[in-house]
Amino acid sequence: MNKIIRVAALSGALALALAACGSAPEDEAASPTSAAPGASASSAAPVDFKACMVSDSGGFEDKSFNQSGAEGLERAGAELGVQTNKVESTAATDFTPNIAQLLSDKCNLIIGVGFLLEDPIQAAAEANTDVEFALVDSAFSDKDFKPVTLENGKPLLFNTQEAAFLAGYVAAGTSATGTVATFGGIQLPSVSIFMDGFSDGVKKYNEDFDKKVKLLGWDKDKQKGSFTGDFEDQSKGQNIAKGFIDQGADVIMPVAGPVGLGAAAAAKDAGDVMIVGVDADWYDTAPDYKSIILTSVIKQIGQSVFDTVEQASKDSFTSEPYVGTLENGGIDIAPFHDLDSKVPADVKTKVEELKTQIITGDLKVESPSQN
Amino acid sequence: MSPTTPPLPDAAVPPPADTGTEATTTPDESRGQTAMREILASSWVVTTLAIVLALIISGVLIAAADQEVQDAAVYLFAKPADFFSAAWHAVSSAYVALFQGAVFDSTADTFAQKIKPLTETLTVSTPLILAGLGLGIGFRAGLFNIGAQGQIILGAVFGGFIGFTFDLPPGLHLLLAMLGAAIGGGLWAGVAGVLKARTGAHEVIVTIMLNSIAVYLIAYLLTTKPFQNPGSSNPISPPIPESAQYPLLLGDQFRLHAGFIVAILAAVFVWWLMGRSTIGFKWRAVGSNPHAARTAGISVNSAYIWVMVTAGALAGLAGSAQVLGTDKVLTADVAASFGFDAITVALLGRSKPFGTFLAGLLFGALRAGGFAMQARTGTPIDIVLVVQSLVVLFIAAPPLVRAVFRLPAPGTRRTRTPRSSTKEVAA
Repeated sequence: MNKIIRVAALSGALALALAACGSAPEDEAASPTSAAPGASASSAAPVDFKACMVSDSGGFEDKSFNQSGAEGLERAGAELGVQTNKVESTAATDFTPNIAQLLSDKCNLIIGVGFLLEDPIQAAAEANTDVEFALVDSAFSDKDFKPVTLENGKPLLFNTQEAAFLAGYVAAGTSATGTVATFGGIQLPSVSIFMDGFSDGVKKYNEDFDKKVKLLGWDKDKQKGSFTGDFEDQSKGQNIAKGFIDQGADVIMPVAGPVGLGAAAAAKDAGDVMIVGVDADWYDTAPDYKSIILTSVIKQIGQSVFDTVEQASKDSFTSEPYVGTLENGGIDIAPFHDLDSKVPADVKTKVEELKTQIITGDLKVESPSQN
Repeated sequence: MSPTTPPLPDAAVPPPADTGTEATTTPDESRGQTAMREILASSWVVTTLAIVLALIISGVLIAAADQEVQDAAVYLFAKPADFFSAAWHAVSSAYVALFQGAVFDSTADTFAQKIKPLTETLTVSTPLILAGLGLGIGFRAGLFNIGAQGQIILGAVFGGFIGFTFDLPPGLHLLLAMLGAAIGGGLWAGVAGVLKARTGAHEVIVTIMLNSIAVYLIAYLLTTKPFQNPGSSNPISPPIPESAQYPLLLGDQFRLHAGFIVAILAAVFVWWLMGRSTIGFKWRAVGSNPHAARTAGISVNSAYIWVMVTAGALAGLAGSAQVLGTDKVLTADVAASFGFDAITVALLGRSKPFGTFLAGLLFGALRAGGFAMQARTGTPIDIVLVVQSLVVLFIAAPPLVRAVFRLPAPGTRRTRTPRSSTKEVAA
C-alpha cells in the first residue's frame, strides 16, 4: 500500500516537474502593464481612463445580463485600451461597499448592472460628482419616485418589448399546434417586459391572420404568469416546459437565463418543439440546441456598455439615457437559421413590415415594465 | 415534566463538529452534545491558531488562483524566483488589501478615509453579532438553531414594514420598528420552539424549513403592492424614512449606525441573562442535561420555547440593523448570508457573549476587507468565504490544530478521562 502511494506521489511530482519545465519569457519582452488588478493586456494603446463595473448578486458568470455587461467591459478594455476593474457582489448588502472600493480605486466610470443597484449607484453619483456612473436596466428616480436626471449618471435601458413582439409574431405564425408558451425566472420588470412583447406579438398575429393562437404562461392584462422562482435551477425550466408541451405548446420562450436551457432540453426531447432564445442569439451561445432555435430576442447589453465606456473615455459622456431599440440595433431578433424554411413566407414579410413600422413609430409596442 | 418530551435524538449531530474524541462521552450523552461541548471547550490558543492556519491555507489558494503565479509556474524550474516572487506578491498584496479594507487604509488621502474601513467592519459585524448572540443562547441551552437566516428575514420584514408604512415621530418610530423586528424574529423562532416542546420535532429540521419558507415569503411579499415603491413593480420596498432609521454615529461620511450600540447592549444583556440571572441558569441546566434539569424541577419545554423566542428576537434585531441602518430599504436578500455566518460566529465565540462579539468583529472584518481584496487585487470574493469556512473547520477539530502545532492536549480540568488526551497527541 505504502509503495503504491510512493510510486503515485513520485510520478505525480515528475509530471509536475515536467509541466514546470517551460522556458521563461525573455526579459526584454515588454511585459504587459499589470500594475492595476484586472487590467487587461490590450492591443490598443493604453488610455488614462478606468472603467469599472459592479455586478448584482448573480455574479459575472450568470449567462445573462451580468455576463453580457462584463463582456462589453472586457471588450472595451481590449479595443479601447482603457483600464478596467470589475467586482462581484454576492448579495444586495455588498453593493455600497463594492462601489466605495471602486471609488477608492480611482475609477472614472462605474457601471452598475441591474435595477437593484439603482439606489447605491444614485447615492454614489450624488456624492461623487467628478466620477461618471451608468446603470443597466433602470432609470434614476427621486424620493417621490419621479424620474430624475443626474449630471453624471446614465441609465442604459432597452425597449425589449419591441423585439419580443416580433418574436411572438413569428412564434404564433410558425406554431403548428396553435399554442405557444413563455415563462420567466423571477417576476421582475426586466423579465416580464419580454413576456409582454411576446404576448402582444401573438395577439397581433391573431388579428392579422384571423387565427386563435393561444399563449400559455403569461397574461399581460393581469401581469400574472408562470415563473420558476430563480435563475439557476435548470430542472425547473425542464419541468415547466414539459408542462407546456403537454398542453400542446410547440414554441416556448423561456426568459430565465440559464434556466431556459432546461426548457430547451425538454423541447429537444419532445421532438417538434421550438425555442425562442433571449438576451443573446442562442443559435451561437447554445449550440447544442441549434436545430430547435426558432429565433432569439437579442438585447445588446455588452454593446451598450462598450459604447458608454467609449463615450466616457473620449470625454463625451452624457447623462442622456441610452435606450436600445430596434432602430439603433440595441435590441433585435435573431435570424431563423436552420428553421428558416419552417417560417411561412407571409409571416416573414409581415415581420419585416412590422419592424419598419415600429422603427418609424407607426406601431407602438408598450409594456407596463417599460422604463 | 410532560411525557411527550423526547430526549435529544442522536441523528441530528452537526456533522463538521465531530471531533472523534468519543472517549469522553458518557453513555447518556448524545454525540451532538459532546461535539458541541468540545467546540465550546476549545482553548483560545486553539482558536487563534485555527485562524492562522486558515489564513495560511487560504494564502496558498490565493496564490494558486492568481494569473501571474500560474504563468510563472509553467517555467518554475527555469526561473524559480519568478514563481516565488509572484506567489509572495499575490498573497501579500491580497492580505494587505484585506487589512486596508477592514482596519486602516494607509493609501487613502484623508484621515476620515483612512479610518473608514474600521467603521465598515463595525457596520458589517453588527448583524453578525446580534444574530450570533441569539444562536449562542440556543447552543448553550442545547438547541442547535439553524434558523437565524429566516429569523433575520422576518425581523427585517416586520421592522421594514413598520418603517416605510407608517408616519410617526422620530424616536418612537424607530423604537416601534425595532420592537416589530424583534417580535417578527421571535415569533418565527418561537414556531420552532413550540414545535420542539409540544411535539418533539427536531429544531434543526424545523428551523431549516422555516428558513426556506422565509426566503419565499419575502420574495412573495415584495411582489405585492404594500411592499413596493409606488409606480414601480421592481421587488424593492420604499426607502425607510429618516424617523425610523438608526441614527448615524459618526456623521454622513460613515455608514456606522446606532445598530452597533444595540449590538453592544445586547451582548451585555446576554452576558447578564446567561451568567447572572436565574432564567439563564435554568437554560444552561437544560443545555447541560435536560433529564437532570427536569428532575430538578425545571420546565424543559418552556425553556425550549423561550430560548428560541429570545434567540429569534436577537436575530430579528439583526434584521433591523440591516433594513433600518445599513441598507435603509427592504430587498429579497436583505439577510445576505448573515444567518449562516452567525452560526459560525457563535461557534467561534464559543457561544459566550464576549467571544461572540469578538468573533463577529473578526467576520465583519473579513467581509469588509474582502471587498477591498476583490477590487484592488482581483482576488475572488469566494476566498473570504474559504477563510471563514476553514476557521470553522479547524475550530471544530481541535485535535487537528493541536497536532499541526504540536500543542499539548488540553488540561484535565474538564475532561473526565485524561488518558484519551495522550492518544490524541500521538495521533
